[in-house]
Amino acid sequence: MENLVMETPERTVMERMEKGTAPPPEAETPAACTFEVKNLSIWYGEKRAIDNVTLDVASNAVTAIIGPSGCGKSTFLRALNRMHELTPRTRMEGTVLLHGEDLYSNTIDPAIVRRRVGMIFQKSNPFPTMTIGENVVIGLRLNGVRNQRFLNERLEKSLRMAALWDEVKDDLHKPGTSLSGGQQQRLCIARALAVEPEVVLMDEPCSALDPIATAKIEELIYELKSKYTIVTVTHNMQQAGRISDYTAFMYLGRLIEFGPTTKLFTNPTEKQTEDYITGRFG
Amino acid sequence: MKPRRSGNHTWRKIKSALASAIAFISAVLVIAPLGLVFFHLVVNGASSLNWDFLTKLPAPVGAVGGGMVNAIVGSLELLALAGAIGIPVGVLGGVYLAEYGSARINSILRFLADVLNGVPSITWGVVVYGLVVLRFKGFSAYAGGLALGLIMIPLILRTTEEVILLVPNGYREAALALGVSRWKTIVHIVMKTASKGIITGILIALARVGGETAPLLFTAFGNRFWNHSLSQPIAALPLQIFTYAISPYDDWHRQAWAGALVLVTGVFCVNVLVRILTRGRTASVV
Repeated sequence: MENLVMETPERTVMERMEKGTAPPPEAETPAACTFEVKNLSIWYGEKRAIDNVTLDVASNAVTAIIGPSGCGKSTFLRALNRMHELTPRTRMEGTVLLHGEDLYSNTIDPAIVRRRVGMIFQKSNPFPTMTIGENVVIGLRLNGVRNQRFLNERLEKSLRMAALWDEVKDDLHKPGTSLSGGQQQRLCIARALAVEPEVVLMDEPCSALDPIATAKIEELIYELKSKYTIVTVTHNMQQAGRISDYTAFMYLGRLIEFGPTTKLFTNPTEKQTEDYITGRFG
Repeated sequence: MKPRRSGNHTWRKIKSALASAIAFISAVLVIAPLGLVFFHLVVNGASSLNWDFLTKLPAPVGAVGGGMVNAIVGSLELLALAGAIGIPVGVLGGVYLAEYGSARINSILRFLADVLNGVPSITWGVVVYGLVVLRFKGFSAYAGGLALGLIMIPLILRTTEEVILLVPNGYREAALALGVSRWKTIVHIVMKTASKGIITGILIALARVGGETAPLLFTAFGNRFWNHSLSQPIAALPLQIFTYAISPYDDWHRQAWAGALVLVTGVFCVNVLVRILTRGRTASVV
C-alpha cells in the first residue's frame, strides 16, 4: 500500500512523458522565452558568486538548475526576482530581461518584479500568526486588495492549483503551521500563486520533504507548467531528470552546460557535466 | 600513583551532595526576598487595605482614615503619559535597530541604550526638572510622565530589537517575494510575528516605571487632591507611599503599607499577564 502511494504520482508523470502528452523534451527552439539573462555576474563583497552567465529561460516549461553546493545556482535564481539584493554588499553586472523588459532598470520597483516573479523556498515558511486562508491571500491583502468575494475566489483557485484544496477546505481557519511539511510547502505554493505571478522560482522546494510529499510537489510542478514558467534549483539529479524540460549545470559560478534535459543527461557535451551527473564529483 | 580503589565513592557522593545543597540554598536565597516582601506587606498592609483606601481621597493632616484613590489614578495617568512617549519611540527605535541601520550605527545605538538603561532613575528626574519644570515654572503630570517615558525608551528599545531579531528571515523573504513592500513586510509580518514579545517588553517596562519614585520627586511632585489638569502636580502611588512612610503619623504608616501592597500587587498582576502572554497557545517563535 505504502509503495503504491509513493510511486503513483511519479509514475504518472513518467507515463505521460512516454505517451507523448508531455512536450517532447528534445523540442529545440522554444516558442518564447520568459527570461533572457545576458552576461550576468554577481559579487557578494569581494566574492564572485556568478560569473558571466548567459541563458534563456523558456516559457511554460520547467528549467532546472543543478550543480554542487556553492556553485551559485541559488544566487542565480534569486537574481531572477532581485531577491539577492537583500543580502548586503552585493553588486551585479549584466542584464536580466523578463519578456524583454529590464528587471534592473532604475525605474522599476523590486516589489513589482517580485509580484511578477514569485518564489518558493527550501524551507516551507507559512506565516505562523495566520490561518491557512489568511496565508494564501496575504499577498493580495498587503498589495491593497480589499474585495472579500474576490479574495475568496482567489483563495479557492490558488489552493486548487496547489492541489491542496481538498485537504484543507474545511480547515481554512486553522493555523498554517498546523499542516504537515509537504502541505505547508503546497500552502506556500498556493500563497505564491495567489498574486498571479508570471514565473515561479523554486529554491530546492523538496529538499526538506519526505518522498511522498516530494512526489506530490513534483506532480504539482508538472501541472503548473501549463500556466507558468518555472525555474527550480535542485540538488537531486533524478528530480531534475523527472521534472524539467531544460537543465542548466553550474559549477563555481559559471554556466557549464545548458540544454534540453534529456540531452544533458544522456549525451552531455562537456566532460564536467558528465562527471557531475555520473557522480564522479560534487 | 596508586589507583584509587573502586568502591562506594563516598568522597564523590559527599561532594555531590554538598554542591546540590549549596545550589538549593542559593535558589532559596533568590526567592526569599520576594516571600519576605509579600509577607511583610500583607501583615502590615492588609489590615489597612479596605474600600475607603481604594475610593477616598487622603484625609486632612492629622485626621484618621481617608485613602489613596488620587494616587492610584494618578499613577495610571502617569503611566499612560509615559507609555505615550516610551512605547512608540522604544518600539520604532527597536525596529530600526533590528531591520534598518548599518552594523556600525547599530552597535553605537545599542551601547548607548545600554548606558541609558544603567542611568540611575533619579537622574532622569533631575534632567526633566531642568528641561521642563524650570522652563514652565511648575511641577506637572507632563513632567512626571516624561521622566518615566524616558526611562521606558531604552528598555522597550532593547527588548523590541531582540524579539524582532528572533523572527526567522524566511518570513521576511516570503513576504518580500510576494511583492510586498519593505515597510508592510515589517509591520504586517515581522512585527505581527513578534507582537507577543514586543507587548511583553512594553508591560515589563510599564511595571518597572510604575514603581519608580525618585524621578517623580521633582517632576510630578505629588498632590493630596485630585489632579484637574495635567499641567498641575499629580499624585502617584510610590510618591504617596514615600511621603506617608517618612511622616510621624501611625495611621499614615499603615496606609503606606497598604499602598505598597497595592503597588506590588499591580506589578505582580502585570507579570502574571506577561507569563500568560508568553506561554501562548501555539509554539510560536517569539
